[in-house]
Amino acid sequence: MSRPSGLKSTLKKLPGFLFAVIAFLAPAASFAVPAKSRYDHYWLPDANSTYAPKIDGMFNTILWITMTVFVLVELGILYFLFKYRHKPGRKATYTHGNNKLEIAWTIVPAVILVFLAIFSNSLWSEIRDPAKFPKDAPVIRIKPRQFQWDITYPGPDGKFDTPDDINTINQLYLAYNSPIQIKLQAQDVIHSFFVPEFRIKQDAVPGMQTAVWIQPTKMGDFNIACAELCGAQHYRMMGYVHIVTPDSLASWLKSQAPEAPAPAAPAVDTTKAK
Amino acid sequence: MATIVLPAEVKKVSHNGHAGHGHHELSFVRKYLFSTDHKTIGKQFLFFSMFFLLVGGTLALVVRLQLGFPDHQSGFFQFFAKFFSLIFGKTNFDFNKDTGMYGMLDNFYNSAFTMHATFMIFFAVMPFLMGTFANFLIPLKIGAGDMAFPKLNMASFWVAVLAGLIMLTAFFVKGGAASGGWTGYPTLSAVPDFSGVIWGQNLWLISLLCSGISSLLGAINYITTVVNMRCPGMSWFRLPLSIWAIFITAILLLLAVPVLASALILLLFDRTIGTSFFIPTGLLSAGTVISGPGTAHAGGGQVLLWQHLFWFFGHPEVYIMILPAMGIASDVLSNFSRKPIFGYKAMVLAIAGIAVLGFFVWGHHMFQSGMNPLLGTTFMISTMLIAVPSAIKTFNWMGTIWGGNIRFTTSMLFAIGFVTMFVIGGLSGIFMASTPVDIFIHDTYFIVGHIHYVLFGGSIFSIFAGLYFWYPKMFGRMMNEKLGKIHFWTAFLSFNGVFFPMHILGIGGMMRRIYDYTQYPHLVRFQGMNAFMTICAFILGFSTLVFLFNFFWSMKKGKIADINPWQSNTLEWTVAYPIPHGNFPEMPHVFRGPYEYSAPDCPAGTDYYPQNMPPPGWGEAKA
Repeated sequence: MSRPSGLKSTLKKLPGFLFAVIAFLAPAASFAVPAKSRYDHYWLPDANSTYAPKIDGMFNTILWITMTVFVLVELGILYFLFKYRHKPGRKATYTHGNNKLEIAWTIVPAVILVFLAIFSNSLWSEIRDPAKFPKDAPVIRIKPRQFQWDITYPGPDGKFDTPDDINTINQLYLAYNSPIQIKLQAQDVIHSFFVPEFRIKQDAVPGMQTAVWIQPTKMGDFNIACAELCGAQHYRMMGYVHIVTPDSLASWLKSQAPEAPAPAAPAVDTTKAK
Repeated sequence: MATIVLPAEVKKVSHNGHAGHGHHELSFVRKYLFSTDHKTIGKQFLFFSMFFLLVGGTLALVVRLQLGFPDHQSGFFQFFAKFFSLIFGKTNFDFNKDTGMYGMLDNFYNSAFTMHATFMIFFAVMPFLMGTFANFLIPLKIGAGDMAFPKLNMASFWVAVLAGLIMLTAFFVKGGAASGGWTGYPTLSAVPDFSGVIWGQNLWLISLLCSGISSLLGAINYITTVVNMRCPGMSWFRLPLSIWAIFITAILLLLAVPVLASALILLLFDRTIGTSFFIPTGLLSAGTVISGPGTAHAGGGQVLLWQHLFWFFGHPEVYIMILPAMGIASDVLSNFSRKPIFGYKAMVLAIAGIAVLGFFVWGHHMFQSGMNPLLGTTFMISTMLIAVPSAIKTFNWMGTIWGGNIRFTTSMLFAIGFVTMFVIGGLSGIFMASTPVDIFIHDTYFIVGHIHYVLFGGSIFSIFAGLYFWYPKMFGRMMNEKLGKIHFWTAFLSFNGVFFPMHILGIGGMMRRIYDYTQYPHLVRFQGMNAFMTICAFILGFSTLVFLFNFFWSMKKGKIADINPWQSNTLEWTVAYPIPHGNFPEMPHVFRGPYEYSAPDCPAGTDYYPQNMPPPGWGEAKA
């Protein structure tokens, strides 16, 4: 007969098990690497749009709930493993379960989860419901393609595909603290418009238009990242958002205005060169 | 010591016998290659899955190598890049003859993670669970002589082999293997111009179609066998949870795989015969319109259609890969706690609940896809609800070890590892279920961390638990416990070292599927953490080699196993190795549930009560 491990070897193993759980903290070791950029912390990026702090709030709520459950469950398991380890002469409790407990641990998680769903949903509809988009926000169109962001401002007439459209590549200028609507449509494959600091992410899909809005709350330069695999050089598909004062935005737009009516030709695709 | 009580002649038969009946002698080909014996097919699937686990694991290390050292300068990178270039070719590793330095091509990186996921999901985890364990365990645990359709069963394996070979071929065709992610989203996957991958993607589609056929053949067989071939007394609620889980998973496969198959066929048509199911009008490639009237592609297709079809399959697929793992863990936990499973019926209902709800949650993969935001609300609610049965299962596992008499075998350690890691994977899922939070963490490493806690910490740990547990019944010997424990602890620690930091990367905003994240200023800070994770990944890979060594070494040198080394109740432990064709010398009769450990009426001096042991006085009462 093969004998299961006895008390002595069990005791020897337990510190190892505890250590394993502590090892969750192992990544802390890599925190010691000095930061090479202005981003010097390892948590959520700065929250720089009107709804970014709300998303973070939701994130933190879930984090607290799940952390509590995590700690209680894992500690419970560790405690049971220690307390009920094999000992000569121990007899296991013969039970097939407990209906009251089953009901309790069905209902409690269900209530917490429904509560989370309701809270999440009000924020979701605030951000994504087209009926709740900020009224009269100016519209910008972004049509990404491999591997760049083609950005179009409608120009003074407020309409797209007219001669006064202003086209830029990879450089998005937005006014500080004003809502803006962005219409996304990909030209070739699916891309995803992601600005970490604004907590915005929306796929740009070929053949259909998607829309999002943001209201930046901090001046400065940020990166647009492509969050959906879009080909070999997906990783290089970086754009820039510059949050400037409304006045500087107006003067920038003026400086970019096409002098003569010209077709809104996208710039030469340089990324195919490689 | 072994007490072999049953005829063992099967192993020693000559190679040319042709007998009409019973344990007739079989040729080598019929016995080991085109066998219809479920146990042999189970083992065939086992070696098949282990091979592809190695392939997928190697690709994982390729991916981690790039992520850990994206500048390609370190000695660590150079050493392993040289090693991998021997397997995948120097071109993919951008070998520079002048400097002698290795790099990695971006498209090869994309192929590596695409094929890593594909191999792991369709050729390792699924065949482990729904090939190896399903085949080996169903007849033995329900008291049947074999599967309902032994020849279908054999076909299922050989179609899987065909699928595997086709998938491997993809690495050697012009343009390389598929590089559009395992989700194969069009239009990147539909139009070769966009990815540069031509036959690689076609072979991917054909191979998955074959793999789907294999799964369907298996599923029909498992369902029929469980419904029709349970031995007398084996009522539904006396089935071990592993069998319940496999049975329900087979139903999931039967319903989900045809949807994938249809999507694969449509995409294959888009790529080869000029249809445009997923190709909208007006696509641009290098400044030219390539879809719509008068161009190569008809246009008029819908990109999101693929995502709906794929995830309608893909989310049940996630449960296909975790439910059997849950079943195996339940069997192992109950056995080594020497206690009945806590809340058996609740566990069965939870499996069924997950299976049903699993068909209503696919849209949570598409919150940011451009799908109507109202659908986001629907899918958030269903996704939150599916966490409930998972929670029920976790609490019942806790209830099972509570008050037990726990034996810390390697198998038990992996089962405990499964529960503790599944808790993390389950809880991190709640973040994604919340639509607003998902806006930020969607397509980041948070998701990658989550899926690996469920699939590796969950499914694969449970597969290891199952392999250490049933090895004695498969090969007649015990696996080495010392090596097993080395395997567990290195795997457990390095697993967390690789995958826990992924959550932090995701929270920091690191996108997934990204070849060189250091392009982004907000991600440069994560290079040290990524290097740490990569080193852990190599340790994790090493731990698998320890397992493989143990596995093959024990086949020859392991301690000869008793007929019932774990003092288990279920029927497979009542037949001695080697189990003959037909399994049971006489039809077993089942008298009780599978988890009667430490019952007050257990036979004197033991703490288990085998399912087939007649209660005292049974024969007399009948007479």
